[in-house]
Amino acid sequence: MTTAPILDESKVLELADPLPLDGGQSLPGVRIAYETHGTLNEARNNAILICHALTGDHHVVSNHPKTGKPGWWVRMVGPGKPIDTDRFHVICANVIGSCMGSTGPASPAPDGEPWGMRFPVITIRDMVRGHIALLDALGIESLHAVVGGSMGGMQVLSLAANFPERTRAALVIASTARHSAQNIAFHEVGRQAIMADPEWREGKYYEHGKGPEKGLAVARMAAHITYLSEEGLTAKFGRRLQDRAEKTFGFDADFQIESYLRYQGLSFTDRFDANSYLYITRAMDYFDLAEEHGGLLANAFAQSKARFCLVSFDTDWLYPTAESRNVVHALNAAGLPVSFVELSAPFGHDSFLLDVPALDRVIEGFLKQ
Amino acid sequence: MTALRPDLAVIAANVASGSSLLDVGCGDGTLMAALRDQKHCDARGMELDPANVGTCVARGLAVIQGDADKDLAFYPDKSVDYAILSQTLQTAMRPDMVLEDLLRIGRKAFVSFPNFAHWRVRMSLLWNGRMPVTRLLPIPWYETPNIHHLTINDFRALVKERGITVEGQWFLSGDARCSAAAANFRAEHAVFLLSRS
Repeated sequence: MTTAPILDESKVLELADPLPLDGGQSLPGVRIAYETHGTLNEARNNAILICHALTGDHHVVSNHPKTGKPGWWVRMVGPGKPIDTDRFHVICANVIGSCMGSTGPASPAPDGEPWGMRFPVITIRDMVRGHIALLDALGIESLHAVVGGSMGGMQVLSLAANFPERTRAALVIASTARHSAQNIAFHEVGRQAIMADPEWREGKYYEHGKGPEKGLAVARMAAHITYLSEEGLTAKFGRRLQDRAEKTFGFDADFQIESYLRYQGLSFTDRFDANSYLYITRAMDYFDLAEEHGGLLANAFAQSKARFCLVSFDTDWLYPTAESRNVVHALNAAGLPVSFVELSAPFGHDSFLLDVPALDRVIEGFLKQ
Repeated sequence: MTALRPDLAVIAANVASGSSLLDVGCGDGTLMAALRDQKHCDARGMELDPANVGTCVARGLAVIQGDADKDLAFYPDKSVDYAILSQTLQTAMRPDMVLEDLLRIGRKAFVSFPNFAHWRVRMSLLWNGRMPVTRLLPIPWYETPNIHHLTINDFRALVKERGITVEGQWFLSGDARCSAAAANFRAEHAVFLLSRS
């Protein structure tokens, strides 16, 4: 069944009060871009909040305004789909720090100039504070569930831990309760690529009409490798050459994988702000849910009464199964009802966005209760 | 509701209403679902096979993909009324350690297993001189998950040696029951309710 493309249905909430941040500052004039699908019932208890990943946005099912591509989770969200908009009121909000409508470093500061590097460093919990402000404005006291993959999963864990009364279920896919040294290392490579680009200009590139596109593209290329599995790369590209019969003995993109990565990097710069990339990767690196709660992860969930479900993928080496198990053990120690499954899929970390029917079944089953 | 497997029916009949339990090796969650729906139990499960875990989650059950040999260590002491191990003991790497974990996690433990001293198994071994392949043990030796076959008398000896209290015991031959005295010869399945004082 094909449905008509859903065009941009963005709404924007402007917060009346400054948003307090973990870094000690507060962010004034916050705007939160979001979209909703499905009807909120009279009891206001059928809402599901979907949290997006690092370079994602609130266009979960609507077409992306810059690329025109369908929403990032159309295969999961919609009428009759695992996250069923005939049954649930689905909310997806752009995180603060992003560049897709919510306040971020490219947004104007109170002086009218772009924030740039004057934007305060934010955390995953700060992003969640933005979501909570949105739920307050929408009059939703308690969510049926909060759902997210990757960085979205971090927001799910943070929301369930820090605002336990706001959700009755939490679904965490391909995620972690803390960023590992390896995770931080890959992000640092990306940030350094951006900051080494002369066009970055200490983050003040907005008035020059050109940003650190080369640096951002390299950052995206490095990150993109971490989203795929070696098995997947080999199957898709192997050592095949790009539109040529022989190696050129030069530094053109001889190999298909090189050409693919260059394209991924380049097209990313059309849709994403380099400073946003710095701030959001920083927020992820700072994420350590146990550290926020006295060093013991089980303590993070002491006030929670939610049901939890965690899903990992066997080829995901960015947030491997052991990270999900770590969360599961903490939830067990906290006595909370938790389900966990490691699914087999060839696509690495990106599996949560791709065609994995077993994931559909788990999500649908977990949410229908 | 389909009828439960006989050993599961025994466990279901003897679990207190409203109790909490951990079903280790819960399969597709049949027992957990029955106890949740009929006895309002707070049922949690652990299962090795991801397809089974998916089925359980789709049934609304809280089930963790895990291995009884490795992942029971992460459950707190006395965190449930019953720890249940049905038809899984003989598949463990270290059944004795799994048994100790069950009695640490649960205030009581149900353990069920196929009896390798059942007369049909004995006959098969005696006449054919080969590892028995029977109705209850249908898989040949080289691919069976049952790596630690045991008899009812073996289990009784282990329980005694470890100072574990037997609070209940049921012996099944098909749908019929048999006496404790004849069990090691006549029972296909045994179900024990255990505790440690």
